[in-house]
Amino acid sequence: MRLFYITLKYLAVTLWSVFVIAPFLWAISTSFKDFQSVTGGATYIPWVDFEPTLDGWQSLFKSPARGGVDIVEPFLNSVFVTAAGSLVSIILGTLAAYALSRYTFKAGPMRNGDITFFFISQRIMPPVVLAIPFFIMLGKLGLLDTLLGLVLVYVVLLMPIAVWIMVDFFNKVPQEIDETALIDGCNPFQAFYKVVLPNSIPGIIVAGMFCMIFGWTDFFFAFILTFTEVQLLPVAIVALNSSITPWWSLSAAALVSVAPLVVVAFIVERYLSKGNLSGALK
Amino acid sequence: MNFKHKYLFLLPGLLVLLGILIFPIGFTVRLSFSSWDSFYPGLDFIGLDNYIRLFTDDMRFWEAFGRLSLLSLTTVFLQYVIGFSLALMVWKQIVFQRFFRVLFLIPMMTTPVIMTVVWRTFFHESLGPANDFLSLFGMQPLWLSSEILSKFTVILVEVWQWTPFMFLLLLAGLLSLPKEPYLAASIDGAGPVRTFVYVTFPLMAPISIGAIIIRLIEASKIMDTVYVLTSGGPGTATETSSFYIFIKGLREFQFGYSAALSLTYLVIMIISFTIIAKILTKLMVRGS
Repeated sequence: MRLFYITLKYLAVTLWSVFVIAPFLWAISTSFKDFQSVTGGATYIPWVDFEPTLDGWQSLFKSPARGGVDIVEPFLNSVFVTAAGSLVSIILGTLAAYALSRYTFKAGPMRNGDITFFFISQRIMPPVVLAIPFFIMLGKLGLLDTLLGLVLVYVVLLMPIAVWIMVDFFNKVPQEIDETALIDGCNPFQAFYKVVLPNSIPGIIVAGMFCMIFGWTDFFFAFILTFTEVQLLPVAIVALNSSITPWWSLSAAALVSVAPLVVVAFIVERYLSKGNLSGALK
Repeated sequence: MNFKHKYLFLLPGLLVLLGILIFPIGFTVRLSFSSWDSFYPGLDFIGLDNYIRLFTDDMRFWEAFGRLSLLSLTTVFLQYVIGFSLALMVWKQIVFQRFFRVLFLIPMMTTPVIMTVVWRTFFHESLGPANDFLSLFGMQPLWLSSEILSKFTVILVEVWQWTPFMFLLLLAGLLSLPKEPYLAASIDGAGPVRTFVYVTFPLMAPISIGAIIIRLIEASKIMDTVYVLTSGGPGTATETSSFYIFIKGLREFQFGYSAALSLTYLVIMIISFTIIAKILTKLMVRGS
């Protein structure tokens, strides 16, 4: 009976692993193909099924005029927007979360819980609801198709995540440590900066990772709010999908875009195993 | 503690969020009472006309909403069952434990639209590996162009993408469970199934509810996947609410009408989530 359970468990885990890996293997294989080996039906193993070429990978660095897809600039744009949006969200979100965790607020019928909920509830809003007014608002401000405009939008997208994770995190940092610091003559900002913040690094890292994930993987806002001047990576790659579809460059570009955050999976797992994540996620 | 300091901590974040959001939301409300479209851009006032049209003369919106409910409830249910099973499997001893944990997390780190582009080539009806494999059994399913199967393909891609999120929240929960109830259960001689039903599941109820609600909220926004995979097609077979609003607003440029759609949709969503949260809490807490 026990053996049966174990067999079943390994079978299930293996099957799911195959499902998880399948699209990656397919993309890796496709990225080394050329026109012949794509249009002749599905092929899998280089040198056996098809003759591998580096065309797909080389086209990533060529300008469209020379038959390439140039994803270097979109890549850098994506890095900038994600980093800037996450940074602003983390700073503002951490400060707000600290206030919500340590002090009591009253504004009419609103209490701390309601204010926290207001922050988090922004995630309920479907992107399409915000996209149209953002489109008009950024147009009026002359920020359509600019990096700054996108950063503004990403702050709205990401700050709720930062507040959500950090409020829970600060609730678990014992209040005594700030009180001791205050008694030792720190003002509240020094207490926060010198004592609370260093003790909150794990929470900030988790919040930062989630901001990065959701920033890096956003497509819709970048798709609506930019046209030609500024292009983010997901938009650039989806644009490939609608053109004549050179599957090899498409796959290579997809792998480039996916790679940076796979590193994040390793970091998340480390935190998970050390038990730091459970506190930050509940 | 000092009175003024607390506002200096809270207000920068709150004001920035309010500052960026107040215009879009106010503007959407105002826009929903206008007939702004690409022919007559401008804020006129046409009263409740948009809302009347929406409730009396737009079956497509309600069909899209029904489809969204079906898709999101199915995907989240599957994600919960699979995610919970996977979390339980890598929770205790298993070879290559860390390898499996990392692997199971990876899909959620990838950009949905980009992986969907890859999936599209994967399910390509004549050149993709899915049909290449199935043709061994003499099958050539139309993954993307059949009414029923296209829904299935959307669900499959969503489950691939977001089961890891469920897995992450549930595994984090499992790893933080107290040890004592398990000791008690093993002293009572409870087997693995009974331990799960009477100890693990009830202890996990609050986390489960939280995870399901979060996923339902995110799943209800499903849009990127549909846009890339099927563009809502064939016909309107995979058109969800967000996608329909997108078509009305940013394809046909009926800004006024799409604002009315957005607000109606938002209200329905908030009400549904409140009800779902209440039901889930009742079901799961009674279970313990």
